[in-house]
Amino acid sequence: MLTKRIIPCLDVTQGRVVKGTSFADLRDAGDPVELAAFYYEEGADELVFLDIGATPEGRDIMVDVVERVSKQVFIPLTVGGGLRGIDDMRRMLGAGADKISINTAAVHSPGLIADGARRFGSQCIVVAIDAKRRMGGDTPGWEICTYGGRVPMGIDAITWSRRAVELGAGEILLTSWDADGHRAGYDLELTSAISETVIVPVIASGGAGSLEHLYQALVVGKADAVLAASIFHYQTYSIRQAKAYLAEKGIPVRTDQQIGVCR
Amino acid sequence: MIAIVDYGAGNLGSVVNAIRKLGYQPAVTREPRTVLSSAAVILPGVGAAGDAMENLGAIGMTDVIRKVIHEKRPLFAVCVGLQLLFSSTEEGGLHKCLDVIPGTVKRLPQSLKVPHMGWNQVKQQVRHHLFSGIPDEANFYFVHSYYADPEDISVVAGTTDYGVSMCSVAIRDNLVATQFHPEKSGNWGLRMYSNFLEMALSKEGRYGKEKGN
Repeated sequence: MLTKRIIPCLDVTQGRVVKGTSFADLRDAGDPVELAAFYYEEGADELVFLDIGATPEGRDIMVDVVERVSKQVFIPLTVGGGLRGIDDMRRMLGAGADKISINTAAVHSPGLIADGARRFGSQCIVVAIDAKRRMGGDTPGWEICTYGGRVPMGIDAITWSRRAVELGAGEILLTSWDADGHRAGYDLELTSAISETVIVPVIASGGAGSLEHLYQALVVGKADAVLAASIFHYQTYSIRQAKAYLAEKGIPVRTDQQIGVCR
Repeated sequence: MIAIVDYGAGNLGSVVNAIRKLGYQPAVTREPRTVLSSAAVILPGVGAAGDAMENLGAIGMTDVIRKVIHEKRPLFAVCVGLQLLFSSTEEGGLHKCLDVIPGTVKRLPQSLKVPHMGWNQVKQQVRHHLFSGIPDEANFYFVHSYYADPEDISVVAGTTDYGVSMCSVAIRDNLVATQFHPEKSGNWGLRMYSNFLEMALSKEGRYGKEKGN
């Protein structure tokens, strides 16, 4: 049975992880390479690196980070944040990324999704959707935002997810901008609406504050994977605890490669 | 020498990293001569099978790969690499493949999410050194929309369930192929590459002898 994936997200700017200064077991919790290796050994199913600075210099540094991580971490790596075109994608893939996440660039030029999928394969192209709940109206609805959630685009999130997949997106990374940072749970309605719309896997993001939230996103939200940053970075929970909790509740998760669990 | 065939597959770097991690120094090559003189060949693969066939052809590698397999030299084909071994694929219209294993490559059923993306279990159907130290039903990382359906089930060494029970590991003589990506499957994936290389590079040619060749 296909297992549900637990994905820690590393927000990086100028080569440093933004959150996560409370790691007791790491020499330098701000070092994305060291943190990535730590999560790998703990049993993370994939890693996502987001360049939240999204500057040209930051991008060069990210290439170096990805190169170093990919030499010691043997799980899929997704890189996103400020990637504008095919050349950016090629550079990141060449450095060792397995998937490229595009957001603002995809909204402004949807052809980039098709181009990327044609050149590198759909499995490489993750379309990140930042969605905000529309105010008013009888039925729930969400519109997409770009530039890190700052600019509302007036485009319906469900319509956009369908279009992105038609163009060749192999996966959707869905972030709720209402829920993000509040640690009060994922936007389950949004997650299930998108997950039921598209045939490709959906990663739920934004709002994780407890292990119950992860469970809800997978069951009620019907997500294929859950992404979280702060609950792992601040060591509120470990990856291992998260998986043990989900396994206990009957969710299929990969537990056979964590430290001390290897047979 | 270990040759990793460079025909433009995007995940080449990950395969190189995994083999280096095991302490080997692989040669990344598009030279038929290098491939033909290597003790072990790895055929990586991501993307569309039709494109991959075209790219292999463009560097004069299709007959080279067939020859390596025909001579029963150790070759490890990964993901799309596995699919290329079959007679044909339905991906993007019908495309002829290398046709070294009879069978076709078909689209996964639409009742589940496609691509099949993530960690899934491999049920070991045979005892083989490739699985040495790897527990039955260990998880490996998959990402694919098509699966291989061999005519002769004796090549099926491992199976995985995703809407269908598919062949996720194929073995015939010294040919090994996996639908998943060992280079992205943590310790079990590294162990599988290590087992393969150990067999391929052992002086006695133990790998070939195992099946009585």
